[in-house]
Amino acid sequence: MPELVITVARFGFLILLWIFVFTVVGVIRRDLFAGARSGRLVAAPRAVGASTGQAAKPAKVKRGRAAHQLVVTAGQLAGTKITLGEAQITIGRAEDSTLVITDDYASARHARLVPREGQWYVEDLGSTNGTYLDRAKVSGPTPVPLGVPIRIGRTSLELRP
Amino acid sequence: MTVAATPAPSPATAGEQSGVRLARSRRNAELYLLLLAMVLVAAYGATVEANLLDTVTSDFWMPAAALGAVFLGLHLVIRFLAPFADPALLPAVALLNGLGVGFLRRIDLGDAPVAERESLAVFAGQGGRQLAWTLGAVILAAGLLAIMRDHRSISRYAYTLGLAGIVLVMIPAVLPSSISEINGAKLWVRVGSFSIQPGEFAKLALLVFFAYYLVRKREVLSLASRRFLGIDFPRGRDLGPVVGVWLISVLVLVFEKDLGTSLLYFGMFVVTLYIATERVSWLLIGLVLFFGGAYLAYVLGSTVGGPFANFYVRAEIWLDPFADPTNKGYQLVQGLLALGTGGLFGAGPGGGQPEILPEVQNDFIFAGIGEEIGLFGLSALLVVYLLIVERGLRAALAVRDSFGKLLAGGLAFTLGLQVFVIVGGISKLIPLTGQTTPFLSAGGSSLMANWLLIAVLLRVSDGARRPVTGGGGGKAARPSGGPPEQLHGAPTEVIKP
Repeated sequence: MPELVITVARFGFLILLWIFVFTVVGVIRRDLFAGARSGRLVAAPRAVGASTGQAAKPAKVKRGRAAHQLVVTAGQLAGTKITLGEAQITIGRAEDSTLVITDDYASARHARLVPREGQWYVEDLGSTNGTYLDRAKVSGPTPVPLGVPIRIGRTSLELRP
Repeated sequence: MTVAATPAPSPATAGEQSGVRLARSRRNAELYLLLLAMVLVAAYGATVEANLLDTVTSDFWMPAAALGAVFLGLHLVIRFLAPFADPALLPAVALLNGLGVGFLRRIDLGDAPVAERESLAVFAGQGGRQLAWTLGAVILAAGLLAIMRDHRSISRYAYTLGLAGIVLVMIPAVLPSSISEINGAKLWVRVGSFSIQPGEFAKLALLVFFAYYLVRKREVLSLASRRFLGIDFPRGRDLGPVVGVWLISVLVLVFEKDLGTSLLYFGMFVVTLYIATERVSWLLIGLVLFFGGAYLAYVLGSTVGGPFANFYVRAEIWLDPFADPTNKGYQLVQGLLALGTGGLFGAGPGGGQPEILPEVQNDFIFAGIGEEIGLFGLSALLVVYLLIVERGLRAALAVRDSFGKLLAGGLAFTLGLQVFVIVGGISKLIPLTGQTTPFLSAGGSSLMANWLLIAVLLRVSDGARRPVTGGGGGKAARPSGGPPEQLHGAPTEVIKP
């Protein structure tokens, strides 16, 4: 084997190794990017009343979401942020809740946030003191617009893009 | 390195174009990465042969192809059973495993007399055995993926697994040294020529138990506390479990004479505790306890000796390996020299002298590989480990339930810690201990346990990335994700604050 071939093979292997590393990083990066893009796709119609607007939405945004974060704005957990995915968020004092709140006025299973067709709905789970969307009491699944406070006891939550 | 980064997007683009569902599950990207990893393994084999045989035989690609077939099988299993699992995990692990097999074959070639090298069968020797172990380990991982359709289901067996883990840890300690001791560390169970390392599996079992236990106890551990020096410290009575695990790890250190394993168990527990409670104080308590214990063992080793003597000797070698370079410090000195000889770019695969290094197929595989691929290549391998750990932590962040979070976070950290312990050991950052390098070292126990670990991470990441609403492909595989029950008009009553 000529010396040149061996040298080329030796450095070629190292370069290939790093190409692999960067390709993996590329896949991971695209992975994160894909989520951000689908978010932008559905963020536009946020001003439209969600309950009326959702029927007209095209099928491709079906799994998207307008809101990306659930932020606790008041109460003991103020400042806590939950990144929203496609799973429902349960709120309550029970330790298996997604957001465990230690609020005297909260029930063990107080409320939950459910994404449906790109829109988040808040549902009261039979709590003692009720769940409020801004000032209105939540009785059935209610669409939650961005930036409108959901009040549970002394805790207040908001959806953020 | 911008040159290397340019071809990066090409394999992934093809995956993206084949439909929304596939672009979400990212299985095609995984397949392309896997092929790239196998091309790398084949290139490694070819370079080794060019260096050692002066020619490239016509079947240099066969180990890579066999490995490729095995991993392709696992890829298909993932495609059907965990379609939303992380796409980067399998290819990264496959690359490390493949390079491990390639390096072991390189040692076989190096050990054989020059005249016989060319006729050395592709699937013979250590390389061939490692290939067989890989097949077994991948089958185990696929089996785990098939049995465990939801990571939460293993929490049901948490106490059983915890007990099994402790028993597995204790087995080598109580067995007579003739069965369990290899190179001063009592970590093995030897039956004839066959030996297994039960501690590798205990790691997984104990972690499931820790995760379950801490999910149950986390409120007490994180809420009740006293503030001191700006950090919340837990109450004395809540220190029980952490002190218990610390005692167990010290006992492991004393009776199994192995600092690495002890550090691994203790680190695993402290970090899961930290993830569960988000209290920095646990990390501080853990570090103080561990370093205190290790220092005590060192002092006792120098004065009392007995069970601590082994640790004392290792620490002395670590402090000054060149004090006795031909005897006690021989292994570490040779490892350091190998890394030094490798320099920046290495001697080229097949160009080094790994046969000088004692235990190059196990503990010192990183030094052996380092001599041939240099700092440049070693850092690539470390980045691959880093990416695996990062994907594990990512899955932990994304998954919804606390058990899954603790499990994935703990497993990913344990893998990272093990790499730190062994790479730190051979590069003289910490005292050397007999840990295996995950996926690279020869040996079935380590390979199987680590592949099982990856299977759990794949399962958790599948759970984390699977869209719950909107059907998709995953609905049938998840019985627990049923339709949300309707709660219209549920009774609520108001108490005005």
